[in-house]
Amino acid sequence: MGEDSGTAAGGEPILRLIDATKAFGAVHALEGVSLELYGGEVHALVGENGAGKSTLVKILGGVHQPDSGMLVAADGSELVLTDPRDARDAGISIIYQEPTLFPDLTVAENVFIGRQPRRGRRIDHGAMRRQTRVLFERLGIGLDPDRVARGLSIAEQQIVEIAKALSFDARVVVMDEPTAALSAIEVARLFGIVESLRSHGAAVAFISHRLEEVFAICQRVTVLRDGRRVMSQPLEGLSASDLVRTMVGRDIAAREHVAREHGEAVLRVQGLTRAGIFEDISFDVRAGEIVALAGLVGAGRSEVARAAFGIDEYDSGRVSVGDRALRRASPRAAMDAGVAFVPEDRRQQGLVMDLSITDNIALASLRRLRRHGLLSAAVERRFASDWAGRLQVKYGRLANPATSLSGGNQQKVVLAKWLSREPAVLIVDEPTRGIDIATKSEVHRILAESASRGVAVLVISSELPEVLAVADRILVMREGRLQAELIRAEATEETIMAAATGQAHVLAPVLEEDAP
Amino acid sequence: MSEGRSAAAAPGAGETASPRRLVDFVLRLRTFGIIVVLAAFVLATALDQARFVDGGNIRFILTQTALYALVAVGEAMVIMTRNVDLSVGSIVGLSAYVSANQFGAHHAPIVVVFLVGLAVGLVCGIANGAITAIGRVPSLVVTLATLYIIRGVDTIVVGSGEVVASTEPNSFLNIPQATVIGIPVLALAVAVVVAVAAFYLNYFRSGRDLYAIGSDPAAARLAGIPIARRVFGAFVISGALAGVAGVIWASQYATINSTAANGLELQIVAAVVVGGVAIFGGSGSVVGAALGALLLQTINSALNTVGVSSLWTEAIAGFLLVVAITLDRAVQLRLSAALRRRRVRLGA
Repeated sequence: MGEDSGTAAGGEPILRLIDATKAFGAVHALEGVSLELYGGEVHALVGENGAGKSTLVKILGGVHQPDSGMLVAADGSELVLTDPRDARDAGISIIYQEPTLFPDLTVAENVFIGRQPRRGRRIDHGAMRRQTRVLFERLGIGLDPDRVARGLSIAEQQIVEIAKALSFDARVVVMDEPTAALSAIEVARLFGIVESLRSHGAAVAFISHRLEEVFAICQRVTVLRDGRRVMSQPLEGLSASDLVRTMVGRDIAAREHVAREHGEAVLRVQGLTRAGIFEDISFDVRAGEIVALAGLVGAGRSEVARAAFGIDEYDSGRVSVGDRALRRASPRAAMDAGVAFVPEDRRQQGLVMDLSITDNIALASLRRLRRHGLLSAAVERRFASDWAGRLQVKYGRLANPATSLSGGNQQKVVLAKWLSREPAVLIVDEPTRGIDIATKSEVHRILAESASRGVAVLVISSELPEVLAVADRILVMREGRLQAELIRAEATEETIMAAATGQAHVLAPVLEEDAP
Repeated sequence: MSEGRSAAAAPGAGETASPRRLVDFVLRLRTFGIIVVLAAFVLATALDQARFVDGGNIRFILTQTALYALVAVGEAMVIMTRNVDLSVGSIVGLSAYVSANQFGAHHAPIVVVFLVGLAVGLVCGIANGAITAIGRVPSLVVTLATLYIIRGVDTIVVGSGEVVASTEPNSFLNIPQATVIGIPVLALAVAVVVAVAAFYLNYFRSGRDLYAIGSDPAAARLAGIPIARRVFGAFVISGALAGVAGVIWASQYATINSTAANGLELQIVAAVVVGGVAIFGGSGSVVGAALGALLLQTINSALNTVGVSSLWTEAIAGFLLVVAITLDRAVQLRLSAALRRRRVRLGA
């Protein structure tokens, strides 16, 4: 990687990360990752969800400190960033995916917070306003420096963050998925700004899932996979499919799949739309079928599932189970129609952590367990032990709180809680996030068994091996729309990834692709 | 679909005006609203009982307000950071006894008595700030605990005794009556404190940090703001002002036992919130907080003047609190709705 690409960059990188490792508990987010950022160059950082990009960004921003490895500045000295202020003082500006503005402060103040221009010891509000206006002119946007940040669009918030970077003359600007929430025109404007930063000699690190954007503005690319750097080279000569292959190129686990009979469509979603979140989503899930909703984080998958189950509102469209239309925004109606929903965040939404395993399993079935309106502890216990056994939950005692279980077994308890209702439709959001591999395959087995019993299963997952392992049919979402529908036979990690990143023109499109 | 795309072509800049106007309007409405309600009470009471607006009564209200406004300034600075200080009532009580007791016990001069009150407040404020900011315990819990602890210490120190007027010099007891060009000296002094605090919050980086911390603590961390140090500072100031207020309390009431200023904290929080400081931090001003204190004291006095039971005063203060918080919430909802509509227009 030592050779220079021959772009505007001089010989030495402005910022160099050497052999950085970072672990959170037992999870290795980064393992021995190096990164060289050159002035006058836009450096793409790509990888699947969970590849370690965000951790890398937070290390550059001084939010996380690497367990080992170091940062080296342009002059060869080591940079130690103990907090975000250090990163700023070192000329590093991070534009996070979620902009981090203060809603109650003015735009000008957001740009200059902690560094307000002063006369003596007093803040010079006039100078701050003027300097902000100058920055906005340079960025070509007519924002009023005196308005509060509350109510700014995501695009405008990013402009404010960029103005902040310009205001302290950042030499390194890191943008974490800046285009995720932008319209085509806003993206074009952002690219203009990136280009101008680059031509002024700044090093820009650009993170995006949209490969066409990477090819449009970047000169160099680093690919992360499972916390390791698997590629870092000039972009010239590479194709999108090279990148996709590098991003997913792990060994694909052997898939054993038992063919199942599929019955009638049970869950029917027609033209579901929520303005700004997802648009015109239609699909069926048949009895005995497992359908996966794949796509990148933020593509709107969970939002569709939440709306279908009635947790969130939707603007138009229709959800039905069997021939019964579901009342919108009513989880109760969905549950009565036989829909079960296992949410993504089991600690917050799926389990009552302090209640016993028994109580957690029985919680969704209390009405059925009542005798003459009363609950019997013995009946509850028998019920819970029956289901814990079926799902092979490993527990000490059923009376122990849910906190006593490992993550994987907690997830099994959540599944038991819903499966014990004997639902017609099971919706599972990220069923194996943060679960070890052995338990993962057990969860997959549970899903397959449910389908074999005739349950219509909808799985949302960001992990491609999981999608390929469990699904009969795969729906790929991209930016709030259904991008492709793949049957099991034609689905590979590459075809899914290609559809999720907008490279899928060859595939049977569910919707016309109209973005430029 | 096509609608979304064509709307996206509109430049973003033109649309920023309406939310801004909305915010500005509401903020101005807020301060203005306090003044209107204040004027309405004064007018209505004056029509019924003309003596309500005579010099003596106005001076009385201003003197009463001075104490509340002083504590409210410190409380406002704490609430701005998305914290709360529930121990101020206990601090005022302890400070009032310990400081006034110096007269009888040590024949201390007035200046020393004020310094003792300040010291009592500082100690309490440092304790609150250290536990909250360094120990990272929610301030609601911390100051609820210190409310009882400080009151407990007060009860032990005071025992069954009390400070009585005869042990205090007349020059001390006359402080509340002192005037300059007809205005109570206490009110003027507190007005200066309010002005200094407002200036600090507007013109010093550390002052602006307090708003930033309350506005979004996570963003404050990413911006490298020393959150612990700032929150600690706010608690120390709140404690110190409550300590000084304790001495003023002693001069106003002369007789001090262990129940002095019991329950004051809730009136202070009410004044701050009615005065437009958002209970979840990030916005508001100390001037607003002082106006809130003035409003509550005026209502108190007005109801007294027209012969309404003091029980009603508390109910009305509570009612105003509900109105203020509901207004805050409504504003938030209006603004996020405006944001969502705008995003839809711009297309996803």
